[in-house]
Amino acid sequence: MSRTAHTRRARTAEAVAKVVTGLVALSVVAVAVFVLGYIVYNGVGAIDWTFLSDVPRDRGREGGILPVIVGTFYVTLATAALTLPIGVLAGVYLSEYAPRNMSTRAIRLAITNMAGVPSIVYGLFGLAAFVLLAGFGRSIIAAALTLTCMTLPVVITATEEALRQIPQDLRQASLALGATRLRTIYKVVLPAAAPGIITGSILGLARAAGETAPILFTGAVFQMRRLPDGPSSQFMALPYHIYAQVTSVPGWNRELVWGTALVLVAGVSAVSVLAAAWRSVQRRKVKW
Amino acid sequence: MSVDMAPSAARAAEGARDIRGSFSLTGVSVAYGRETVIEGVSMYVPPRSVTALIGPSGCGKSTLLRCLNRMNDELGNVHIGGAITLDGSDIMGKAMDPVELRMRVGQVFQRPNPFPMTIYDNVAYGPRTQGIRKRGELDELVEESLRGAALWVEVKNNLKKHAFELSGGQQQRLCIARALATKPEVILMDEPASALDPISTQQIEDTIAELKSSVTIVIVTHNMQQAARISDQTAFMLRESLDEPAHLIEMDETKKMFTNPDDSRTESYITGRFG
Repeated sequence: MSRTAHTRRARTAEAVAKVVTGLVALSVVAVAVFVLGYIVYNGVGAIDWTFLSDVPRDRGREGGILPVIVGTFYVTLATAALTLPIGVLAGVYLSEYAPRNMSTRAIRLAITNMAGVPSIVYGLFGLAAFVLLAGFGRSIIAAALTLTCMTLPVVITATEEALRQIPQDLRQASLALGATRLRTIYKVVLPAAAPGIITGSILGLARAAGETAPILFTGAVFQMRRLPDGPSSQFMALPYHIYAQVTSVPGWNRELVWGTALVLVAGVSAVSVLAAAWRSVQRRKVKW
Repeated sequence: MSVDMAPSAARAAEGARDIRGSFSLTGVSVAYGRETVIEGVSMYVPPRSVTALIGPSGCGKSTLLRCLNRMNDELGNVHIGGAITLDGSDIMGKAMDPVELRMRVGQVFQRPNPFPMTIYDNVAYGPRTQGIRKRGELDELVEESLRGAALWVEVKNNLKKHAFELSGGQQQRLCIARALATKPEVILMDEPASALDPISTQQIEDTIAELKSSVTIVIVTHNMQQAARISDQTAFMLRESLDEPAHLIEMDETKKMFTNPDDSRTESYITGRFG
């Protein structure tokens, strides 16, 4: 084949590739838009001030979801309070201190495996370990501990990845100035890695907020008289509220349940978008 | 193979005993795991002067440099043999804390590596690590260091500027200022201008010329003209094959090294017969 023919063929192939990959990307976006759109379309009718400030009535067929939102908020907060310190410190150890040997590889393997455990198994584990063995009973703390187990791999990995992005140059510069490794980590490396760590962690926590299985046996309830009054209290939660109504309330209110779903999705999306936005602001400051 | 101290350097050693910032190396070797990369290096680095380490790529100059502030310790699986003393104190002995050593022996790297902080915080990092907290003291130190690095005039009106907004040459001078802020006796420079344009290179060389009256400078450079321009004594290292470690071939006053070296290998390198 002549040279011009080859070139023409190469150019056509490139154009086709561009179109195909573009279409695939668009279709993914389309699916996301469709799913979100469907939720919004079905749930937006339920959203009004009453819905957000009232308690559920008639087993959720009327009223609002205030205690449900509060419950999810509390348990997510508790999960964050447990997951972030442990996860970040573990990530720091793996990235900055761990020697390159079999033990470290074993730790990493364990963490990867943790990420693969199905959420219902975590729920069962939480029931056995925290509710029964540790004696916390069905409570915010038991559920938070369970969710922590599930979310730790995400935070650890996010931390490690963020720390890995920091060039060795900076650590060298700090050590050469007479700083210890510890000081180097908390004065130079961690602050620089903070945006990445926080973004990754927030995304992990946002997912945890929407999980049903881990809280199913560890503290979520469908009906409660008061708002939760402490870590040992049971709680209502958005994902469980949806599940409980659809599976056990005859004639469940379609609009209100979709409204609950919308609140959950909107909450998770809002947090993710804020995290991403905050990260790009921080990125611009640091200018890698 | 060891090299005798050049007579002039020995005389300087006699008179310089009270001035701090001199290194004495005796039979120094460096091994990574089972591979010995440097062997039998003995030399004297006089205080308050510029000593250049030259040689072709892979001859161990940077490795040797890193021994002087024990940054090689950070690489793991490194074994350093022989003796290295700073003003008479063994730097690898139990009495010498590497952290403290690095406050006395600073380093400037090949690529500028300022911290992602303001200019002020970059320079103040070393002093703060030493425990200096008072604003007034820090302000003074920062100004003094930036002046020493010939950067003060350009940045004095905006010390809160982020270091990354400076040009490459300015960033490197910031790194010099940062190293100066710990008031070191010695500053090690590993090809400090190789990543910079000619004008910045000139500024760095001018800065080095100014600094040597108060700080000992050991500079690794692959640029022979630079070594000839700015150094007082020059050490030539060579690794003749991958089967043997690198050695110090010759070290002497720069003028002599570049006009009338003793060793033929030095002469070959300097005249460009190999690089």
